[in-house]
Amino acid sequence: MNEAGFLQILIYLIALLVLSKPLGVYMARVYQDESIVANTWFAGLERGLYRLCGIQDKQDMRWQQYAGALLVFNLLGLLVVYALQTCQDWLPLNPQTLPAIAPDSALNTAISFATNTNWQGYAGEASMSYLTQMLGLTVQNFLSAASGMAVLVALIRGFSRRNTSSIGNFWVDMTRTTLYILLPLSLLLAIALVGQGVVQTFDRYATVKLQEPLTYSTPTVDAVGHAVLDAQGHPITQTQQSQEQTLALGPAASQIAIKQLGTNGGGFFNANSAHPYENPTPLSNFLEMLAILLIPAALCHTFGFLVGDSRQGWTLLAAMTLVFVALVFVTVSAEQHGNPALTSLGVDQASSIQQPGGNMEGKEARFGIVNSALWAVATTAASNGSVNAMHDSFTPIGGMIPMWLIQLGEVIFGGVGSGLYGMIVFALVAVFIAGLMIGRTPEYLGKKIEAFEMQMAAVIILIPPLLVLGGTALAVMTEAGKASILNPGAHGFSEVLYALSSAGNNNGSAFAGLSANVPFYNYLLGLAMLVSRYGLMIPVLAIAGSLAAKKHVPVGPGTLPTHTPLFAVLLIITVLMVGALTFVPALALGPIVEQLHMLAHP
Amino acid sequence: MTSYFRPAVTLLLLMTIITGGFYPALVTLLAQSVFPAQANGSLIRDKQGQAIGSTQIGQGFSQARYFWGRPSATAPYPYNATASGGSNLGPTNPALRDAVAQRIQALQQLDLDNHAPVPVDLVTASASGLDPHISIAAANYQVKRVAEARQLPESKVRDLVDSHIEPRQWRVFGEARVNVLGLNLALDAAAQTARP
Amino acid sequence: MTHKALSASLFDSDLLKQAVWEAFKKLTPQQQWKNPVMFVVYLGSLLTTCLWLQTLAGAGEESAGFILTITVWLWFTVLFANFAEAAAEGRSKAQAAFLRTAKRDIAAKKLDEPRYGSDYSKIAGSSLVKGDVVLIEAGDFVPGDGDVIEGVASVDESAITGESAPVIRESGGDFSSVTGGTRVLSDWLVVRISANPGETFLDRMISMVEGAKRQKTPNEIALTILLVALTLVFLMATVTLLPFSLYSVETSGSGHPISITVLVALLVCLIPTTIGGLLSAIGVAGIGRMMQKNVIATSGRAVEAAGDVDVLLLDKTGTITLGNRQAAAFIPAKGISEKQLADAAQLASLTDETPEGRSIVVLAKQKFGLRERDVQSLGATFIHFSAQTRMSGVNLQGRQIRKGAEDAIKQYVIEQGGRFPDQMQKMVVDVARRGSTPLVVADSKQALGVIELKDIVKGGIKERFIELRQMGIKTIMITGDNRLTAAAIAAEAGVDDFLAEATPEAKLALIRQHQADGRLVAMTGDGTNDAPALAQADVAVAMNSGTQAAKEAGNMVDLDSNPTKLIEIVETGKQMLMTRGALTTFSVANDVAKYFAIIPAAFATTYPALNVLNVMGLATPASAILSAVIFNALIIIALIPLALKGIKYQPLGAEKLLQNNLLVYGVGGLIVPFIGIKAIDLVLVTMNLV
Repeated sequence: MNEAGFLQILIYLIALLVLSKPLGVYMARVYQDESIVANTWFAGLERGLYRLCGIQDKQDMRWQQYAGALLVFNLLGLLVVYALQTCQDWLPLNPQTLPAIAPDSALNTAISFATNTNWQGYAGEASMSYLTQMLGLTVQNFLSAASGMAVLVALIRGFSRRNTSSIGNFWVDMTRTTLYILLPLSLLLAIALVGQGVVQTFDRYATVKLQEPLTYSTPTVDAVGHAVLDAQGHPITQTQQSQEQTLALGPAASQIAIKQLGTNGGGFFNANSAHPYENPTPLSNFLEMLAILLIPAALCHTFGFLVGDSRQGWTLLAAMTLVFVALVFVTVSAEQHGNPALTSLGVDQASSIQQPGGNMEGKEARFGIVNSALWAVATTAASNGSVNAMHDSFTPIGGMIPMWLIQLGEVIFGGVGSGLYGMIVFALVAVFIAGLMIGRTPEYLGKKIEAFEMQMAAVIILIPPLLVLGGTALAVMTEAGKASILNPGAHGFSEVLYALSSAGNNNGSAFAGLSANVPFYNYLLGLAMLVSRYGLMIPVLAIAGSLAAKKHVPVGPGTLPTHTPLFAVLLIITVLMVGALTFVPALALGPIVEQLHMLAHP
Repeated sequence: MTSYFRPAVTLLLLMTIITGGFYPALVTLLAQSVFPAQANGSLIRDKQGQAIGSTQIGQGFSQARYFWGRPSATAPYPYNATASGGSNLGPTNPALRDAVAQRIQALQQLDLDNHAPVPVDLVTASASGLDPHISIAAANYQVKRVAEARQLPESKVRDLVDSHIEPRQWRVFGEARVNVLGLNLALDAAAQTARP
Repeated sequence: MTHKALSASLFDSDLLKQAVWEAFKKLTPQQQWKNPVMFVVYLGSLLTTCLWLQTLAGAGEESAGFILTITVWLWFTVLFANFAEAAAEGRSKAQAAFLRTAKRDIAAKKLDEPRYGSDYSKIAGSSLVKGDVVLIEAGDFVPGDGDVIEGVASVDESAITGESAPVIRESGGDFSSVTGGTRVLSDWLVVRISANPGETFLDRMISMVEGAKRQKTPNEIALTILLVALTLVFLMATVTLLPFSLYSVETSGSGHPISITVLVALLVCLIPTTIGGLLSAIGVAGIGRMMQKNVIATSGRAVEAAGDVDVLLLDKTGTITLGNRQAAAFIPAKGISEKQLADAAQLASLTDETPEGRSIVVLAKQKFGLRERDVQSLGATFIHFSAQTRMSGVNLQGRQIRKGAEDAIKQYVIEQGGRFPDQMQKMVVDVARRGSTPLVVADSKQALGVIELKDIVKGGIKERFIELRQMGIKTIMITGDNRLTAAAIAAEAGVDDFLAEATPEAKLALIRQHQADGRLVAMTGDGTNDAPALAQADVAVAMNSGTQAAKEAGNMVDLDSNPTKLIEIVETGKQMLMTRGALTTFSVANDVAKYFAIIPAAFATTYPALNVLNVMGLATPASAILSAVIFNALIIIALIPLALKGIKYQPLGAEKLLQNNLLVYGVGGLIVPFIGIKAIDLVLVTMNLV
């Protein structure tokens, strides 16, 4: 990597860390119900919302009630997205008159957006009407993000409260997150992105005249859409000419802003953030990348602030950042090394002042290697899943790192809210082991960690590997699963493993060669997304309830400090060991062996 | 569960109005008034006012007289801006190797005595299939061919390329690059001004 | 008895033989089911056994020899874990057997009326119930636990405590309890039985020792959950390898899918068998170690809680200071020489047989060569201490010398028509502020001066408190002294805090207050009035010499009746947790090397390129897998001594302790298997076993 690349990564990290602190403190104020600027503007609106909805905003909930409200609200949102898709053909704001979405795909997408996964089985510009994008997808971009943050705040209350059965009010957490955090940030980012060239219009797609007319051939199809075959059984093709190019447009900026800020990741267009209308310039790329990790990083400070010890937040943030930086460098250097197979063909992959070089298949010229690799790591560290380069075409190791980051359980920054609550669960496990090693019943932030917490932590840590490994096994054993694989050999296995990892950890990115918009994958991945989202949220809320009910153990000299570099290291080891030990065998049969093959047979 | 029903339904409805209606509408309003060109796709228009492209979206070029952009893997034809996407070919997929070999061959056929190694971005498909840019190396690689095809002095084409180099944004971000459509339009414009 | 018998070598050959036999007896599914991790190994062993039998039928997936070797080592893994548990239990069982010898049936003399001299009938000791009153005479065995209601006797308690010196038991006070199985050596006792058959102290000890009532401790349960979760993770990782491998064979077009035998071997290597196999041994050994220290814990939970103690309440007398105060200085009043004071003080103390009195005589002799005078020849009348006068002294040759507490002497002097000078008052306060007890001496109406009686803080106690502070434990001294005295002694001994003028209510309130703040409180006690506080404390150690009520209220009994034992108890509790934590870390860290051994081997035919991962350079796929399995089994045996002894506790502070243990057991756990597996592989190759 050259100096410019190094500098960009450095600026990115500095910007992230600098901005995370004030935002984190601001969010803490929002959740503490303190007066904030937005509050004074929207206080009336907030109160009005509660009155209309019949919400007793001063009444806190037990964890079971909190979970109940969350589930009902999310399920309802899911149904709305499903309905919008399957009825979009007779709903307004459909200038391209796109047809209704097939039920299996609609269900997959509805689950995908409600669970903050934003796995895209569909191609946005070719299938979703503006209305579906706005009322369905954009809305869930906000609400699924707010749900994750609400659960996190409930968990934090478990630590900060004592001897109580209540962990907050779901409706209030939801509303305040959306109104005071997500909406203002999205508005700012959306306008900045339009300034860089992201489209935002309700007009139909634009048509432009091509400079060089286009000649291409398409298979001839009969009346019912089947390819017509010639006597030898080859499809008959017809040559077509075109003078025009149709440019897909739409209200993209507003959706892209929240897709990045809310670690959603579902693109307005099929190519996601690689599409020039979603991510037109290096600066828009920088802003979007910053938006991916901003709230997850800031929530660490919110956590520290709310538990009354900012060092606790810094420690978690430091642990996340260290893993992140290390993996960024692995990915960047893997991609920069390029593809030996192309070198032998006489392709110049060396980095120079004139070109970024490296493995450019599936990457954009304006982003080059560094920004593509950095994005890939950021989007998979967070459970964002938007891509500005095609992960399927990364070198094996370059693609393995994003996949492994997902498999770590989306805790290196992770999704908004979900990343940190996942990390806190890992911290509970780390504290448990560390507590035993120093001869004390483990405690974290003054709360004793006992059998119930370990039980819930075990469930939380077990579910994603079960979905990922079990789902992959199912897919590679069935014809339906194998039929969708694009690339041959070990890479094909990686495609399936990546898909299940992504769905089973609510990331949403893909090795997109896999044709996942088929009933088999729509249902399998839909199930994985559903289970991994709520199968984790409910035990997290249970932990919150159990912790809130406990008394507070004062910190003494015998207490294991959880704000030290040693603890950060222990936490990192815990996360990496669980992730490595669980997935090494599978990764060995995918990217690891593929890398060895790539190096051995250029 | 039923006690959650009213807040859930009402809140979802109100949030849908706020985040799904009000918010995109507000962004559109602001975008159309502050950045109308960008918000509508950064379209390039000719003298007659007809849209002939977008600065953000690439177009396919295969003639020797034009600079070629990144190979595009969109279906059913390259640079299909209603179906963006990459090839998704894995690094060890023989199909990738074959495709690259073909692209090299196509380049070299029109540029017989160019034996320089081919810049990688010129023979690998972009992520979006709509990449409007190529690297400086990829542009320079094609200068001789374009100059010969247009019977222009190489230096003139090279100057044109140099004037179309977009450096790293703010000198830091992204990669230096050349907008292919912009360069080709400038070439055509140069030809028109030269002829009469 | 016991400590001698118990501290016998870990690998005492009889115990060993017994443990080996027990290891086989534990091979039943019911026994194995109790330990989920080892149950998986057990099932795996059964499965590979079946696979081996299948090869005999001529349809094997691997060579019969390979499957057999793997199977044998898997069974060894199960047996080694069983052996560890049996070895830990063996030591306890030996002790239980010893205790049983004290529990033979004793004839009891049941009194018709609860008084000495009443008629009695002889019945079997085992038929005594709570409330019965029995007579025990010299030479009789005590038939059951009870309280002395009449009489004084010397009792031989060696059957319980191992201490051969007889102890005095008498009615009233803190030495009124007797324990069944002990023997009265002289005199007689009338005892009210306080426990029903089967519930006596001895019964409780035996069942505790035998582990009949052993329940998993809270941390053990939480750890088991974690281990089960890890086992499930690895189960998934290995089970799904079969379809993954099938797909890989299909897509690469070469090699064979992974065999079930190799999958089972991989699974057993990965799941935390090291800690799983040793977990229950650690718990049993922890209680066993307590016993070696002559502490009987009523539950493993109590031992574990000891490791968590935040606050330690210690009685001043006997724990922090030597039991008795000693004269340290004579401080004369104005106009009186020190020698005059010493002389008077010595005279007043000549017949005072209390330790304080004797120390005054000794000090006077040391300082001024004042010889003890013959009491008779002086023709003196000695005034003994009484609760009314609160003075003692002597009348001789017209002198009326008195010594006593300040207020008593002051009153005496004034009554005699004298004056109690202010300067005396000041001297008294000064002495008290130094943590000593002032004793004022007067001759008729003249106050002569003050004797400073000093509490002697036990040697080395300050260092123990520093250790405790490093462990993160706060020490609080409990004393009946006034605040001034208490503060001075607290400072000298280095305790963190003190409770002066302590009453049972104040003690209880103090414990409750700390518990309300979320702290875990430990205390020792022996008197009946300690019982409420003992019952309230989280870790309560009753002295064996104490009353039955105290012993009932505590959750541990110290047979040596040594109050500083609490510190050792805390250490043992911590050791137990630390050993579990360290071995868990070690166990999981081991997996890294095992992956490097097995993954390339398992896919050698499908993806030979993976041999790059064979960093240990293991000879063949078969030897690699076998070496990992053998290492996995042998490491259990290698760690048994550690599990039984516990890892050493050093009071270094949490952070440093964690760092050390992470380095030793974490980093060590990473490195050791690389060396071990390679070594085993070399042995296998040189012996041509593979």
